[in-house]
Amino acid sequence: MNSPRTFALVGNPNTGKTTLFNALTGLRQKVANYPGVTVEKKTGTGRNRHGEAFAVIDLPGAYSLEPKSPDEEVTRAVLHGERPDTPRPDAVICLVDAGNLERHLYLTTQVMELDLPVIVVVNKTDTAEERGVTVATKKLAERLGVPVVPMQANERVGMEALQVALSAEPVKANWKPVEGDTAARYKAIGKLIEGAVARDGEERLTPSDRWDGVLVHPVFGWLVLLGILGGLFFTLFSLAGYPMDLIDGTFGWLSSQVEARMADGDLRALITEGIIGGVGGVVIFLPQILILFFFIGLMENTGYLARVSFMMDRLMAGVGLNGKAFVPLLSSYACAIPGIMATRTMESARDRLITTLVAPITSCSARLPVYVMLIALMLPVGTAGQKALVMLGLYVLSIVGVYAFAYVFNRTLDRKEQTLFVLELPAYQRPSWREIGLQMYDRGKIFLRRAGTVILGLSIVLWALTTYPKTDSEDGSEQLAHSAAGRMGKAIEPVIEPLGYDWKMGIGLVASFAAREVFVSTMSIIYTGEEQDEEKTIRTSMAAEKRADGQPAYNVRTCLSLLVFYVFAMQCLSTVAVTRRETNSWKWAILQVVYLTGFAYVAALATYQIGGFFLS
Amino acid sequence: MDEPRDICQLADGEEALLGDMNLPEATGDRLREMGLLPGATVKLIRRAPLGCPIEFELGGSRLALRRADAAQIFVQQS
Repeated sequence: MNSPRTFALVGNPNTGKTTLFNALTGLRQKVANYPGVTVEKKTGTGRNRHGEAFAVIDLPGAYSLEPKSPDEEVTRAVLHGERPDTPRPDAVICLVDAGNLERHLYLTTQVMELDLPVIVVVNKTDTAEERGVTVATKKLAERLGVPVVPMQANERVGMEALQVALSAEPVKANWKPVEGDTAARYKAIGKLIEGAVARDGEERLTPSDRWDGVLVHPVFGWLVLLGILGGLFFTLFSLAGYPMDLIDGTFGWLSSQVEARMADGDLRALITEGIIGGVGGVVIFLPQILILFFFIGLMENTGYLARVSFMMDRLMAGVGLNGKAFVPLLSSYACAIPGIMATRTMESARDRLITTLVAPITSCSARLPVYVMLIALMLPVGTAGQKALVMLGLYVLSIVGVYAFAYVFNRTLDRKEQTLFVLELPAYQRPSWREIGLQMYDRGKIFLRRAGTVILGLSIVLWALTTYPKTDSEDGSEQLAHSAAGRMGKAIEPVIEPLGYDWKMGIGLVASFAAREVFVSTMSIIYTGEEQDEEKTIRTSMAAEKRADGQPAYNVRTCLSLLVFYVFAMQCLSTVAVTRRETNSWKWAILQVVYLTGFAYVAALATYQIGGFFLS
Repeated sequence: MDEPRDICQLADGEEALLGDMNLPEATGDRLREMGLLPGATVKLIRRAPLGCPIEFELGGSRLALRRADAAQIFVQQS
């Protein structure tokens, strides 16, 4: 049997490539990375009208085959058959936008000169007609001698005709290579489309213009943006609680089932505390990740995201970031991992690096349980309003931190490339729920795969550190003190004492270098002797904890110092792993750990010492 | 002779024919590939709420450029 025919999908960014890819392949797709670069490789399979399978490879969006970004370089190399990991495609589907055929054909004509068969898809024909632009695709097909299919991919209009084209033997275009520069190519394209594109030239206000009148309005634009962000955070931190409780309950139930069926022993403890507890502690964030990608998907799919970048660019430019960094940073407020992954949408490698380096300062949701616990200890008789104010203060501190460090990196990193900010503002369109759902499914799958591999491994290591070596003591807190983690806590006590912490807190700090939220469960083991689910019990024993001088261990100074430490410190091995992967070097991953943790130490030290002048 | 006008100086909704640009090679190449060639028609749509970037219409697409870049792109003198 012959191997299935491979089609490459090529087009400018924002042409609807992903939509078409999803329409052709459905769930039969795979997302990976091109080895050696941080460019996403999307492949999938579909079936033609004869029932034969074909493969589709969705190449990164490009404006030209003279590459100006890592994404464009991948597209160029694959089409030339220069990447050993990706065989040269058998034919190319060139996607062009009916609203601006000249510019989109720039890339298409370059592809036609590569001696590969092509199918041209003229997308967004309905949107263009709203603007008074009609494209005579038949004329173009006659001139080029290849199929030219009109489509409105997001409404699945034109799929039939495309299927017909995909089922036929692919052919090469009748196109004479252009000699000369950019202007010469535009001239040749002008000749190709002469008489095939009609513009009625009427001045009109399209629905898109009307939306823009509100959504990027100097006053209403900001109100809408604030409303959407408010809705996002409300959903992330309140509504997400229900599915999160459900997941928590499920893992708890799983633990109790294992406990009921297995004899007490190390293996049982490994399974319940190490594996189920550790993985459960991460999987619990799945609802938040899904909600986040629902919002991002919705904003991206409708075209609103580009407007957010448009409005925010000025605020980001001062510290060397750009409008496109807004979403990765926003995502990082749920979790830095999808946030750093989202920096891939930025063309400039330097901007991507700066955004990645500062992303972990955003207050991700894993810090939330730690904040809640420490604030409750700090203000035992405080009102809900006072507690909320402290929480708000921590978020403000993280925003200031992001800006300040972005400024520092912008000043210190060399500027090798010329950065140009070009933002396309596509016409608004109705969201495709199917596409948003697919994206959520993809992101959720990637996240769960991590939980099943990296996080699982780390949880086992952490469990072992807190379990071995063993004592004869029945008391959990004595056992913990004796364990490797406990010894580490004692070993670092001299270093953390000036910050106001004792060795027990030290254990919490050591444990939370794998993941911050582990602090809460570790504290519960230390202070209650056994793992307790009742947070109140832990808090009561922590509040009762005294220092040698009889002062409460968790006084306001110590709590503030701990909070500041948690705002800045890099305590998430998963983020280190993602930074390493996305920057392709240990150098930046290590720099990130060192600068963040170093700064956290200094800031916590300053908080505690300066706090000494005001607080007892 | 008058100083040439750059595209930031267009009024909202004003159209003009593009002239030369004074940008580094790589940056200029990308913009030319996107159709910012001498003789093309460009229309200023709106400025972002904070004044920068600026949205232009070019060949049926909407693009936003930063003021600093757009100020190096000139229009033909009429």
